[in-house]
Amino acid sequence: MEKYIWLIPLLPLAGFVINGLGRNVLSKGVIGFIGSLLVLIAFGLSIGAFFQVKSSGLPINADLFTWFSVGGLHVNFSFLVDQLSSIMLLIITGVGFLIHLYSIGYMHDDDGFGKFFAYLNLFVFFMLLLVLGSNYLVMFIGWEGVGLCSYLLIGFWYSNPSYADAAKKAFIMNRIGDLGFLIGIFVIFNTFGSIAYADVFSKAAHTPGAPFVLITLLLFIGAVGKSAQLPLFTWLPDAMAGPTPVSALIHAATMVTAGVYMIARSNILFTLAPQTMEVIAIIGLATAAFAALIALTQTDIKKVLAYSTVSQLGYMFLGLGVGAYTGAFFHVLTHAFFKALLFLGAGSVIHAMGGEQDMRKMGGLAGKIKITFVTMLVGTIAIAGIPPFSGFFSKDEILAAAFAHSTTFYVVGVITAMLTSFYMFRMMYLTFWGKFRGTHEQEHHLHESPPSMTIPLIVLAILSAIGGMIGVPAVMGGHHELGAYLAPVFEASHKILGEHELSSSTEWTLMGLSVGGALIAMIYAYVKYVKSADVPVEDSEERPLLANLSYNKFYVDEIYDFLIRKPLDALSGFFYNVVDRLGIDGLVNGLGKGTIESSKGLRLLQTGNVGFYIFMMVVGIVAILLYNLNLFSK
Amino acid sequence: MSTIQSVPLNAYILLSSVIFSIGVIGVLVRRNAIVIFMSVELMLNAVNLLLTAFSVYLGDASGQVFVFFIMALAAAEVAIGLAIIVMIYRNTNSIDINVLNRLKW
Repeated sequence: MEKYIWLIPLLPLAGFVINGLGRNVLSKGVIGFIGSLLVLIAFGLSIGAFFQVKSSGLPINADLFTWFSVGGLHVNFSFLVDQLSSIMLLIITGVGFLIHLYSIGYMHDDDGFGKFFAYLNLFVFFMLLLVLGSNYLVMFIGWEGVGLCSYLLIGFWYSNPSYADAAKKAFIMNRIGDLGFLIGIFVIFNTFGSIAYADVFSKAAHTPGAPFVLITLLLFIGAVGKSAQLPLFTWLPDAMAGPTPVSALIHAATMVTAGVYMIARSNILFTLAPQTMEVIAIIGLATAAFAALIALTQTDIKKVLAYSTVSQLGYMFLGLGVGAYTGAFFHVLTHAFFKALLFLGAGSVIHAMGGEQDMRKMGGLAGKIKITFVTMLVGTIAIAGIPPFSGFFSKDEILAAAFAHSTTFYVVGVITAMLTSFYMFRMMYLTFWGKFRGTHEQEHHLHESPPSMTIPLIVLAILSAIGGMIGVPAVMGGHHELGAYLAPVFEASHKILGEHELSSSTEWTLMGLSVGGALIAMIYAYVKYVKSADVPVEDSEERPLLANLSYNKFYVDEIYDFLIRKPLDALSGFFYNVVDRLGIDGLVNGLGKGTIESSKGLRLLQTGNVGFYIFMMVVGIVAILLYNLNLFSK
Repeated sequence: MSTIQSVPLNAYILLSSVIFSIGVIGVLVRRNAIVIFMSVELMLNAVNLLLTAFSVYLGDASGQVFVFFIMALAAAEVAIGLAIIVMIYRNTNSIDINVLNRLKW
């Protein structure tokens, strides 16, 4: 298998080259076929790699070539497929393939069809590089590359200025995090003399004086940017400007979980820095709760899902922060299924509605688009954490670990889970129940999406429903196969952290509480939006204070605007008006003016009188003569 | 003893200096462009005379070769200079250099 690992990322890259060069030549059918097929082959290879790792229990190392060697820094371009990256490979290529398939239907009428598939393939390539790299630098290339693709795809419809702005916003916010990550890598090299995972992690446990807190905080800053945590989360909701498959693939299933992957990968470093772990847990929890509060009142179907993604990512970081690496990674996996499903479902709804994203204009769609409705319902139940669907198991594992760490974390976590259940069912009820609220024309237009869009929905719905079965906790009679599979990766960390066993009665109580909370929130949403047929008010109408705060995203963008953009603007204004206009321009123009003014005086010497010129010439000659005579006399 | 050497060198130097000085003074004090031109020629020929005399006294022919070059150059200079003067006259109806004071800012 080692021989073929390099093919996994190379295939999507080939797809990028073919589709990129042939975007105006190849027909849409060919482009869609190539783009999807290459990812499917990569998926097949990933399955092969997965089973080899599973059966042998040993990671696959594929050393491609020495990239560069400067001083003490030797960087190999090499891939590592271990338990962690093999699962990421399956998510990226598997979910990636389904989303490619979906895009064939969704983007069919778009002029940029070829460009879209080229970007999508390029994204898959970089994402695979990110998870496959066996050192931090290869991961960093992938990290930057997915950021680039995210930028390109958010701004895919760049002729709309606000979409282009959203792309720039995402890119700039990611840059802030990337800088932290890069400096973190520098510090790692400075401390351990290597950036290869194998060297760093083996040395970490035996280097007591290493600046673990600094390293991990810097890496965490990178994760905050990429995974949209507080305070750098505002780019993700805006990123919904991109086409819906992009939101599903990049901004829900894969790229935004890169931060979680990176921390899970470096788990030993983080375990050795308990202060950072505390910071991660608090930021994760705060993000989860904050984004859930915003999601409560959003009216754009994709914005609800975007804030829900931010919130679920917060859960993952909470899990990482309390040391539940397996739980956090389990949530990455299940989240990839149900959030990709929900986004694709939302795309199908938008497709049926002819581009409308406002839930106030929807309603009663259940009977019109049955497959979309049923699959989205599965996704909603999964994300709300109702057993036996997948979201329940992963969320429960994180919450149990949070409880073992601190009761406060648990309480906030459960309240957030209730909020999650409420806003997700609110979205479902507003979209699929009640009466249709759109125009007559839209009602006439309503239709189920083509098979290339519904098949991915169905596959993802099945995965969302049963995906949790790989992590059934022991208390429910399961074996937690995912936990057992991932154990070698987190072995060292678990030794340090120790096992915190909860009694089975406690675990049952915790589960009961979170499930009960989710059900109550679901029923409350039903009463509010189905029984009373409450529809969110139009933008022009007054809202209660709290609802207004939530609807306007707690004015975070405005606060950033005030705290960062305005002072920067003022500073730029100062530099422009004072330093540049007065200082530098003054100097340059002053030199010019000085030359002109002094020339005005000097040119008066020119009288135009030829006799005077001749006289001066003779005087000059005589002077030269005298000077020379003087010299010779010496 | 050539004919040239029958006259003492000082006499040549004196004569040349006098001619040269006449040329310089002519250039400085006269206002007629043609006379100034002739004065310039006087200076040139004063130098030529001196060069020839020294060349003979030193027994080195290169001084005389130099003189030929100066003559050729002077001929060219006269051709251009006179042409300029003719043009000036056609434009201003005068060859008084004090009238030619428009060559300034």
